[in-house]
Amino acid sequence: MSEFVVEVKDLKKSYEKVEAVKGVSFSVPKGELFGLIGPDGAGKTSIFRILTTLIFPTEGKVMLLNTDAVTGYRKIRNNIGYMPQRFSLYQDLSVEENLAFFARIFGTTIEENYNLIKDIYIQIEPFKDRLAGKLSGGMKQKLALCCALIHSPDILILDEPTTGVDAVSRKEFWEMLIRLKEKGITILVSTPYMDEANLCDRVALIQNGEIMAIDKPEKVISSFGRKLWAVKSNSIYQLIKDLRAFEFIDTVFPFGEYLHITTKDKDLDILEMKSVLSKKNHSDIEIKEIEANIEDCFMNLMNVN
Amino acid sequence: MKKIKYILQKEFIQIFRNKTMLPLIFGVPIIQLVVLVHAATLEMKSIDMYVVDKDLSSLSHKMVSKFEGSPFYNVSGVSFSIKEANEAIEKNQADFILQIPYGFERDLMRENSAQVQLLIDGINGTAASLINAYSTSVITDFNRNIIVDLTKMPQVKDLNPIAIETSYWYNPELNYKIYMLPGILVILVTIVSMFLAAMNIVREKEIGTIEQLNVTPIKKFEFIAGKLVPFLIIALFELAFGLAIGKIFFHIPMVGSIPLLFGFTVVYLLVVLGIGLFISTISSTQQQVMFIAFFFMLVFILMSGIFTPTESMPMWAQKVNIINPFYYFMRVIRMILLKGSGFWDISYEFFSLLIYAVVMLSLSVWRYRKVA
Repeated sequence: MSEFVVEVKDLKKSYEKVEAVKGVSFSVPKGELFGLIGPDGAGKTSIFRILTTLIFPTEGKVMLLNTDAVTGYRKIRNNIGYMPQRFSLYQDLSVEENLAFFARIFGTTIEENYNLIKDIYIQIEPFKDRLAGKLSGGMKQKLALCCALIHSPDILILDEPTTGVDAVSRKEFWEMLIRLKEKGITILVSTPYMDEANLCDRVALIQNGEIMAIDKPEKVISSFGRKLWAVKSNSIYQLIKDLRAFEFIDTVFPFGEYLHITTKDKDLDILEMKSVLSKKNHSDIEIKEIEANIEDCFMNLMNVN
Repeated sequence: MKKIKYILQKEFIQIFRNKTMLPLIFGVPIIQLVVLVHAATLEMKSIDMYVVDKDLSSLSHKMVSKFEGSPFYNVSGVSFSIKEANEAIEKNQADFILQIPYGFERDLMRENSAQVQLLIDGINGTAASLINAYSTSVITDFNRNIIVDLTKMPQVKDLNPIAIETSYWYNPELNYKIYMLPGILVILVTIVSMFLAAMNIVREKEIGTIEQLNVTPIKKFEFIAGKLVPFLIIALFELAFGLAIGKIFFHIPMVGSIPLLFGFTVVYLLVVLGIGLFISTISSTQQQVMFIAFFFMLVFILMSGIFTPTESMPMWAQKVNIINPFYYFMRVIRMILLKGSGFWDISYEFFSLLIYAVVMLSLSVWRYRKVA
C-alpha cells in the first residue's frame, strides 16, 4: 500500500495532432489540497480527465487509491467526485432533483451524507425547488460541488472551479475547499489564477503539458532567489519599451498597474533609476522593492525554459 | 437494476417538463392522421376533360355524355381544334383530351370498330395512369352497351361468355383511408422514437452532462436502457393513441390481434431505437442528428411501400429494403389490422426484425464507448 492516494508517472496524452501532456509525474498524499496552476491550454483538463477515467492515457501510469485508472476505472469511479470546468448538471431539473439523482446513482441518499455537504447546501437550500439552469453562477458552483460530494468520495477533483466566478464567491469557495480538506478529503484543483495557489498545500506549475515546478507555495516563492522591483509611471507602454532597452535589465512583465522587473546585476539603485527615467519624459515614477509571488515565479520559470 | 429506475425517473421528469414535448406527443398524431389521411388520397375527383369531337354524330355525343355523367369528370372545354386543346393542357386547364375523329360513327357501324384518342397530361405519373384507367373503363362500358344498341340484335343473354366479377379482399370498397392510416401510424411511431431518442442523448453531449454521468458508476447498459425505455413507452402510447383515432374517426377495421401488433411493435421499436442510438453516437450536435436521421427517414419511408407497392420496385430496391425497418412494419401493420394475420403469417418479418434489433443495438452499444 502506498501512502499516496494519487500517483501519476510519466503520463503522456496525445490527441490526433497535438501532444497535450508530455510526461508528467506527481504524487498526492491523503488529505492534501493539491493545485495544478497554469494558463489555458497547459494540459490541466487533460490530466484531470485521465484521473477521472474519462479518457485513457497514451503513455504512463496513473494510480488512484492504489487502483490503476485504466484497468480499475469502475472501482475508481465509486470513490472520486468530479466537477468539470463547464457546469454539467441537468438544467431542467431542480436543485434538489439533481442532488437526489446523483446520490441515487451512487447508491446512496442525500440524508446519508448530509453532514458532508451541509455547510454548502444550506446556502442553496432556499432555492431547492428552482431549476438548476436558473441559478446564478456562484450557486451553480455550489450545487455542482454538492453533487460531486454527495457520495462521500475519497478524492475530489475540481477543474477550474472558480473560472468565471466573482471575487466574493471565489473566496467563499476556497474556504469551503479548506473545510473539506480538514474532513480528510484529498482535493485536486486546477486554476489559472495564481493568487489561489497560495491557498493550496502544494502546487504544480504547469505549462505546455510539462510541470515546471512542484512544491509548497512558499517554497516555490523562495526558490525565486532574486530581487524584484515594481515600477510604475504615467505611461506604462513607453515604460516597458524603455526598460527593455536597458542593458542591465533582465525581465520586464506587466502586473496590473505595475511592471515587475529583475536585473542582471544584484542590485538596482532606485534613485538613479528614477532620474534616468524622468530624463526619458516619464513622470509620477514609483519604484519599490517587492517580494516575489507565485506569478513572478511562473513567469520566471517560463523564461528559463 | 435500481439505477435504471432512477434514470427512468429522471428522464420522465425531463420529458414532461419540456414544454414542447407534450404538444408533440399529443398534437402531432392528431394532425398527421387527420390531415394526411384525408390529403394523401389516390382517388381522383373532378378530372378536367377537354373534348375535341370532330364527328358530331349521335354516337359521339353519347360517348361524351357518358363521361359527363360520371361523377369524376368535368368538361372544361370543347373545341374542334386539337391545337386549342393542347393549349388548354399547357395552361393546366385540362387534365386530358378526348379526341373523337371524323367518321367515328360511320366506321363503327360499317366496320364494327372505330378509334378514339386520349391525350393525358403526364406531369404527374400517378394521376395520369389513374385517368387512363378510369377513362378506359368508361369507354369499355360504353362499348358493351353500344354493341347491343347498334346491332339491334335480339337480346342475347350473355354477350361476354366470360364474365369478370372483381371483388377486393380485406378492403372491399378500396377505401384509401383504411390503407393509408396504418402506414402513417408507422411513420409517426418511428419519428417519435428514433428522433427523440437520438436527440436526447446528443443533448446530454451538448450540455456536457454526459461527462458528469460518465464519472459515476453507471454501467453502459443501464445508461442505454434508461435512455431507450422512455421512448419505447411513449412510442407504444402513440400507437395506441393513433389506433384509437383511427377506430373512432376513420372506422379502421381491426381484424387481427391487437396484442400481437403491440408485441411486433416492441421488436420494431428496438430496431428503430437502435438506429437512433447509433446516430447519436456518431453525431455531436442535435443539428447533425437531425440531418442524418432525416436522410434515412426519407429514403426508408419512400421505399417502404406506403404509397407504391414494393413488389413493383426494381430488384435492387427490393434488396435494399431488407435493411429498411419501415418495410417490415408497413407490411405487418396492414396484415394484422386489415387481414387478421396471425403470428405465423408474420413470422418472417418478426424474426428478421429481431435479428436486426440485436445487430443494431449491439453495434450502437459497441460504438457508444463510455470511455472515449
